[in-house]
Amino acid sequence: MATAEEVAKAAERRDVRDRWLLSAPALLVIFLAATGPLLIVLIYSFLTPGPYGDVKWQFSPDAWLSVFMERDIFDDTLSLAAAHVTIFWRSIKLAVVTTIATLALGFPTAYFMATRSEKTRDLWLFLITIPFWTNLLIRTFAVLQIIRNEGIINTILIKLGIVSAPVQILYTDTAILIGMAYVYLPLMVLPIYASMEKLDFRLVEAGYDLYATRFKVLRKIIFPLVKPGVIAGSILVFIPALGAYVTPSVLGGGKNMMLSNLIELQFGQGRNWPLGSALSITVMIIVMVALLAYVRNAGKSGVRHG
Amino acid sequence: MASNFSIKHQPGFTAIAATCFVVLYLPIIVLVAYAFNAANSTSEWGGFSMRWFQSAWQNVQVIDATLRSFQIGAVAAVLSTIFATMAALATTRTAPYPGLTFKYAAINQPLMVPEIVTGVALLIFFSRIKIFTGYSGLGYLIAAHTAFCIPFAYLPIRARLENMDLTLERAAADLYATPWKTFRRITLPLLWPGILAGLMLAFVISLDDVVITEFVKSGGQDTLPTYMLGQIRRGITPEINAISTAFLLLSVAIVTLFFFVSRKRD
Repeated sequence: MATAEEVAKAAERRDVRDRWLLSAPALLVIFLAATGPLLIVLIYSFLTPGPYGDVKWQFSPDAWLSVFMERDIFDDTLSLAAAHVTIFWRSIKLAVVTTIATLALGFPTAYFMATRSEKTRDLWLFLITIPFWTNLLIRTFAVLQIIRNEGIINTILIKLGIVSAPVQILYTDTAILIGMAYVYLPLMVLPIYASMEKLDFRLVEAGYDLYATRFKVLRKIIFPLVKPGVIAGSILVFIPALGAYVTPSVLGGGKNMMLSNLIELQFGQGRNWPLGSALSITVMIIVMVALLAYVRNAGKSGVRHG
Repeated sequence: MASNFSIKHQPGFTAIAATCFVVLYLPIIVLVAYAFNAANSTSEWGGFSMRWFQSAWQNVQVIDATLRSFQIGAVAAVLSTIFATMAALATTRTAPYPGLTFKYAAINQPLMVPEIVTGVALLIFFSRIKIFTGYSGLGYLIAAHTAFCIPFAYLPIRARLENMDLTLERAAADLYATPWKTFRRITLPLLWPGILAGLMLAFVISLDDVVITEFVKSGGQDTLPTYMLGQIRRGITPEINAISTAFLLLSVAIVTLFFFVSRKRD
């Protein structure tokens, strides 16, 4: 005879087993068509490039060496690969500046939205959600039409007589920056808004009662309380900005490469799949470091109030 | 203290917010306006005309790519929503059990990896399978889209489930309903708004994808976004504006629907 305890245990085991069966299809699809192939990329990064793309199954550390180094064809010495270093530097720089720019614009916007009345708040949220779900390519294309030489900005500048010839913005780093800040702004606003909405304004009032200035209230009360949202927004902008493909392809015009374009090149004309794989893993590592920093920070900044 | 002192005011914030909203919408408005341009280029205004919509409508490649986008989007959205619903049922309303954290991490994993990396990984993996099996149909794109749509479909479904307690299900079980009947008559109707929201999100996410599709597609498998990217790289005509406008309209319609479905409280 089974005791009541044994019956309960068996039921619990069955429940856990059923829950695994229930989640199996989702896990399997993600493993086959998202996570699993990443392991293959790791393996490929240690192989020799094939003559027409793909790889030869022969171990070689060359791909990893050429992520940052290049071998001199005459005396076989290694030196820093200037082209790659430039692209890495440009990508990280543009991703960081995009994050800062969207934060500078997004923080006040989220604050403005959160301080509206209950009813109109939903409308503002809706207005931010629309661009958020609008095709990124279309939004990049919209920026392209604004900043090109015949675009609205240059037309106005010339009409006003500020410049005599159109300012070349398109196909520069500035164009990529404007484009990325534009397309990723909603990603910054939404998480900050989510934190800001929960902000207890009695604390702000208490600050003013104690003769704090507006700036001091912002810096010492509001900012620390919404910091989790700020960090989440920064991560949400930084990761796609670092790996951005569409925006630099359309606005950088192929001349101003970012990491994703460099990776794509290895799988196209470059015919160096191992190098492309090693570069992809490098991007993953940078993202992982950023995510780890986020997790550690999010753990620390769990300020409680209320 | 003056009676009109507002504790919520911060100098300059409203101005920045207003600028943001204008800047977010201005390029889109210009893009839509030029879709109705009669002139041959997007640099001059030649009067109002629908000719670019007509020309897009008669462009076989555009129609072909649009149909393919819808086909992939519909299949991927339905599959990912079914899988996400099952996964959400398996990961909510329970005491923590071994593997629960792993499941959360695994389901959200596609969100953590830059699209370019996933694209490259799938290019390598699928090109092997293509050589091995000789199959080069839409299955690869559908599999890839289903995978990255799952975390998006999962979000609203899980949120909805977490707000549903088990009382009604327990009552049904007490009245001798079978587990399947309880699911069909109690859980599913209550969960429906979440499932619908997940389905729409997944469809929009699939329709919007450029990067992963660009790497996974075989020759002649352009979706609407990859077709547009190719055209933009080659040089722009107002036809792209017309296609974008139609695309925008569809996205806005779905987002509006989503907004109301997921905001509806009962």
